[in-house]
Amino acid sequence: MNWILAAEGEPNPLTPHVAEIVLGIVVFAILVALVRKFVVPNFEKTFAERTAAIEGGMAQAEKAQAEAKAALDEYTSQLTHARHEAARIREDAREQGATIISEMRQQAQTEAERIVGTAHTQVAAERQQVLEQLRTEVGAIATTLAGRIVGESLEDEARRRRTVERFISELESQDASPASSGGGR
Amino acid sequence: MTIAGLVRAEEFTPPGPGDFELPALFGGVDKPMLQLVLAALLVVGFFWVASRRGELVPGKLQFAGEQAYTFVRNGIARDIIGSRDFMMFVPYLVALFFFILVNNFFGLVPLIQFPSFSRASFAYGLAALTWVLYNGVGIWRHGLFGYLKHQSVPGGVSGPILALIIPLEFISNILVRPFTLALRLFANMFAGHLLLILFTLGGEYLLLTSDVAFYKPVGVVAFLLAIAISFLELLVQFLQAYVFTLLTAMYVSGAIAEEH
Repeated sequence: MNWILAAEGEPNPLTPHVAEIVLGIVVFAILVALVRKFVVPNFEKTFAERTAAIEGGMAQAEKAQAEAKAALDEYTSQLTHARHEAARIREDAREQGATIISEMRQQAQTEAERIVGTAHTQVAAERQQVLEQLRTEVGAIATTLAGRIVGESLEDEARRRRTVERFISELESQDASPASSGGGR
Repeated sequence: MTIAGLVRAEEFTPPGPGDFELPALFGGVDKPMLQLVLAALLVVGFFWVASRRGELVPGKLQFAGEQAYTFVRNGIARDIIGSRDFMMFVPYLVALFFFILVNNFFGLVPLIQFPSFSRASFAYGLAALTWVLYNGVGIWRHGLFGYLKHQSVPGGVSGPILALIIPLEFISNILVRPFTLALRLFANMFAGHLLLILFTLGGEYLLLTSDVAFYKPVGVVAFLLAIAISFLELLVQFLQAYVFTLLTAMYVSGAIAEEH
């Protein structure tokens, strides 16, 4: 107060001036209105667009990543499937091979038995045939022999009879032994 | 009076409040008034040009505008008021900060060299607007009596001490705030400018007018100090704009807060 009174010629800087207060308020109010209308919406729109662009980019990247992951999963599952398939096929083949081998063995055995059987039969048949032939030939030889015996010595009936009997018995023993041996086999 | 006896040439008159009373240029309009309008035009012009294109990848101008805008939007409005309500006050706070900042910088801009807010009445106007704003949103949010209770009765206090607290809180939160707000801005600008003209005019007088040879180097020192003070003023001018805006945001935040 003392200072204000002392500086009588000096104006008091704190004194309000209505014109200046009003001007300050009006100018600033207009500034606020302009900033609100022209500046803030522009900036906020830009910020929102930028955020959206960044988020959009991130969403796109996420989508790409998800797609890549899905593809990888698919390939992995396909690979696993293929491995299983291959293992199964191998197993099947092994089983099938084993079956085929055993079948073939069976077949071969059967065949062998059949061949052996056939051979036996043939051998028996041939032997029979030979025997028949032999018997026929022996008959013929016997007849020849008999003819000769009859032709050469009729004087000694007793000797002749003995000779014939001996021949027949020999023949029979000869006939009997191979017959018994053949039946024994 | 003794100095007057020593100095024979023109007497040095120290600068005083009278130096802030500028003559009217035309029809009652003086330089600070024009500065006020110019500052408003600069602020809205800069931000409009910077924000107009709105490109996703900003150019230099747009980037500068966005940085300035987000400094107030996020650094003051959102941090103080909170993300729920702050957008409503962003235009006011952005305009307030840059309006005060440009007007303060006028104190150092060559050829202008006068801080607008060293005229106290301009500061009164802004403080009055802030006062209306924070009380207005407080009443809008809480109702008249709810708001008065909100501002005057602090939570957690009961009993006879309320008789003491309520008037104190009312005076400090409702009555005193606009005055401290206005005077802080005005006094800083006024004192800074006074200091500057004291050193420059004093230096000029010592260097050119004074007859005493010893005073001349002192005058050079005075000029050097004036340059140093200019840089200090640059900081003060920024800080005062920031403090005014920050306090406005805090008053608004306090007025619309749900509870203390």
